[in-house]
Amino acid sequence: MMEAKFIPGDKVPAWLAELAKERRTAVPRREGGAVVFRPFDPDQPVPLGRQATTPPKGSVFPQCEPLMVFRYEKDPASPDTSQVRVKETIDETPRLVVGGRPCDARGFATFDRVYDAEDVKDLNYLARREHTAFITMACPRPSSTCFCHWVGSGPADTECSDVLMTPVEGGYVLEPVTETGGELLQSSLLEDAGKRLDEAHAVHKRAAEGLGEAPDLSETPGKLLELFDDMGFWEEVSAKCISCGACTYLCPTCYCFNITDEACGAEGARLRTWDNCMSYQFTMEASGHNPRPTKAHRLKNRVGHKFSYYPTIHGGAIACCGCGRCIKHCPVSVDIREIVLKATAAESAEQE
Amino acid sequence: MQPLNPYLPDVATITEIIDETPAIKTFRVVLGEKRMKEFSFKPGQVGQLSVFGTGESTFVINSPPSRMDYLQFSVMRAGEVTSKLHSMSPGDQIGVRAPLGNWFPYEDLKGKNIVFVGGGIGMAPLRTLLLYMLDNRGDYGDISLLYGARTPQDMAFQYELPDWLGRDDLKTQLTVDVESEGWEHSVGLIPNVLLEMEPSPENTVAVTCGPPIMIKFTIQALHKLGFQDNQIITTLEKRMKCGVGICGRCNIGTKYVCKDGPVFTYEELKQLPNEL
Repeated sequence: MMEAKFIPGDKVPAWLAELAKERRTAVPRREGGAVVFRPFDPDQPVPLGRQATTPPKGSVFPQCEPLMVFRYEKDPASPDTSQVRVKETIDETPRLVVGGRPCDARGFATFDRVYDAEDVKDLNYLARREHTAFITMACPRPSSTCFCHWVGSGPADTECSDVLMTPVEGGYVLEPVTETGGELLQSSLLEDAGKRLDEAHAVHKRAAEGLGEAPDLSETPGKLLELFDDMGFWEEVSAKCISCGACTYLCPTCYCFNITDEACGAEGARLRTWDNCMSYQFTMEASGHNPRPTKAHRLKNRVGHKFSYYPTIHGGAIACCGCGRCIKHCPVSVDIREIVLKATAAESAEQE
Repeated sequence: MQPLNPYLPDVATITEIIDETPAIKTFRVVLGEKRMKEFSFKPGQVGQLSVFGTGESTFVINSPPSRMDYLQFSVMRAGEVTSKLHSMSPGDQIGVRAPLGNWFPYEDLKGKNIVFVGGGIGMAPLRTLLLYMLDNRGDYGDISLLYGARTPQDMAFQYELPDWLGRDDLKTQLTVDVESEGWEHSVGLIPNVLLEMEPSPENTVAVTCGPPIMIKFTIQALHKLGFQDNQIITTLEKRMKCGVGICGRCNIGTKYVCKDGPVFTYEELKQLPNEL
């Protein structure tokens, strides 16, 4: 049985330094007004007290990564012709992400259902996923933009985490979730949690109560489909959207990508980069036809994907972790919660 | 078994390039000897062709699985990858990720009469199924083909037309949009010619592919002739990248055209959200 531990706040940097020797470790760092995930640096403070501006999605799903590399090689026997050699680029570097929130870690569950499906295995993703551990910070106080409880999660959710870290008086309680998590808690800097574990669970309880009641979204997938052809509805809810795509780039569950080639001389790489379904070009076809020509069509697909199509395919699981970044950082205050509630209520009103 | 990397293409060598029309070239390619021997696909499945350093685009494999000396793809010049492909020569190497997607229900169609209706480059996927059926002729009933293009010069697979026109076991009708010198076949839009042909819907399935506007009016014509939605099969085109239902751009609601398609019956299409 793996036991919970306690680390005094002032010993956290030393513990992280130990962990960073074994694994490539990403931690929150203040940059300008933002908190972003960066490689651990013993000379930099690690702000653990607030949700990072960006999720640690890139640790497992980098913004840009090679899916393979290729090289044209001249045939010595026939110098006019060249052969192409292709090589996989699977990255199995052991990694650790410290200080993400339960919503951030749980975002990978959304990825896993698609990237680790029965019929398709995304080997580049799976190698990173398998070799990345998460020490996740439970949320002591929900923000006004948080809605993790709407999508089946909560401020102390342990899904996809290896260790759950909870702030208590004087330091943090560390609860191992997986075997890997237990291995991460072997340091002599750690003490037994003792009664502090109860204190941590009280923090979890208070945070969950602070979120309030969650709406019933069980009918939402069908209702979004019923509204599919009601472009008046979608034009209204997307009226202020500027198609900037910030929501997609900041989302721990958005997994769409593009594939492009880059070459220099005889060598090159096929790259996977994050893509953005709010962009006009995303579905633009070679013929010039675009099935999602307006921002209303595109926002409809984004909301539909997260709250209707994905749950329909994946046994009810919603492709949103409720982190609220798309709401907090939207430059024009589009709120996906409002759209989902409005769609759900619009149908109810019609039925009455 | 080690799972296959879905993004890793086979390196293939172009063995022959056929100039079909001013904008369309057909590429015959072979994979490595071992891979070519183990490679199998079904009529209607697609592949991602890539020019290393430029990128990938999706095309149907338009040679039939009953003829496995090479894989054939017909490519209309439209963007970067297709332009680069058009500049290549026999002996050059490209990438092939195939087979991807679903296929025509050729097993379920056994014993049925088949009406093929192809427009322009939309003839490519139909050619795969047509040749497969001709190679297994005894399994199918009457087979007829209506193939149309804007002008005679825009008609692909011209080297095969004399054979198709001359066969006793295939009823072929060709049409172009406007009168053209030396043209001895029909003149008129495909849906109109189809109505004149008046194929019976009795134990028959229509398989159509072409520009969206053509498909739309062809389906209307088929309905007029008495065809039901489940007797009409078509293939969809979308912008595709990953080809395996992950990257997110070719979905129509819960269906991914690259994985759940490109072949759908009209009955299935009507159940999808309206986002073609």
